[in-house]
Amino acid sequence: MQSTLVKESENDRILEGERELIAEILAGNHERYYELIAPIERRVYYTAYAILRTEADAEEVSQEAILKGFRGLRTFRGESKFSSWLLSIVGNEARMRLRRRRELSLELLKSPDNEGEYTPIELAEWREIPIEALAQRELAARLEEALAALPEIYREVLVLRDIDELNIAETSAALEISVPAVKTRLLRARLMVRDYFVSRSWSRHTGLRKAQP
Amino acid sequence: MITLSCEEVRREISNYLDDDMSPRMRRLLEVHLEQCRKCAVLLDSTHNVLVLLADEHRFELPAGFSLRMRLMLAKEFEKQKAD
Repeated sequence: MQSTLVKESENDRILEGERELIAEILAGNHERYYELIAPIERRVYYTAYAILRTEADAEEVSQEAILKGFRGLRTFRGESKFSSWLLSIVGNEARMRLRRRRELSLELLKSPDNEGEYTPIELAEWREIPIEALAQRELAARLEEALAALPEIYREVLVLRDIDELNIAETSAALEISVPAVKTRLLRARLMVRDYFVSRSWSRHTGLRKAQP
Repeated sequence: MITLSCEEVRREISNYLDDDMSPRMRRLLEVHLEQCRKCAVLLDSTHNVLVLLADEHRFELPAGFSLRMRLMLAKEFEKQKAD
């Protein structure tokens, strides 16, 4: 779980390569846009999926964002990586669609107002937890449940960072929140998902109790 | 010697997993983890759940995603050429 520390020089090399590719695309070699998209299409899709949580919407939004990226390529300044720029477009589009969906369903926004301290459940002993005892399918279902149980603002950040493997800066760009906000939410999201997971899976096996504050 | 409280360790767990902290903070945290079973278990279990979650979600893109994307773009390229 080490963050990908890209060396300065390597980063410059990537930016340089991108600049050349983009110049060619803008000069009329449109087909080369595929080369720009191919390495990041998974991240584009999962950024949309992290926010929208349905395959069909995530794909539509991904395609819209990729199209927008092409049409707006001239406005891309090249100060950041192309991926960061495109991911922020995807994040924007996905959140817009989510808002529309909400307005339609009149669903209440279920984000807790308190982003402060979070007290994780105290586990007697992690190593005693019989991970092997859980069937693979049950394990997958439990993980999915834990993820679904997270309030949206925490699920987004967790999916982007720990499943999608965006770095902190990219996560911040995709969600349009500050880097410190990413870190604060990530801490809470990670502790929460662990709590949901262990409390649902193993309350039978271990004496769980809430840690005393 | 300065030591961290369990609460301070808890606050840094996410940064620790990301290796996003000063060497000094890392040392202080590791000293605490060696002595505090409770925090060591919290770190282990959080790390393990995240690894499981990531493994379980190595899912692929929806079938045909790339193809549909290319077709959509091809249409756009055609349109731009026509204009």
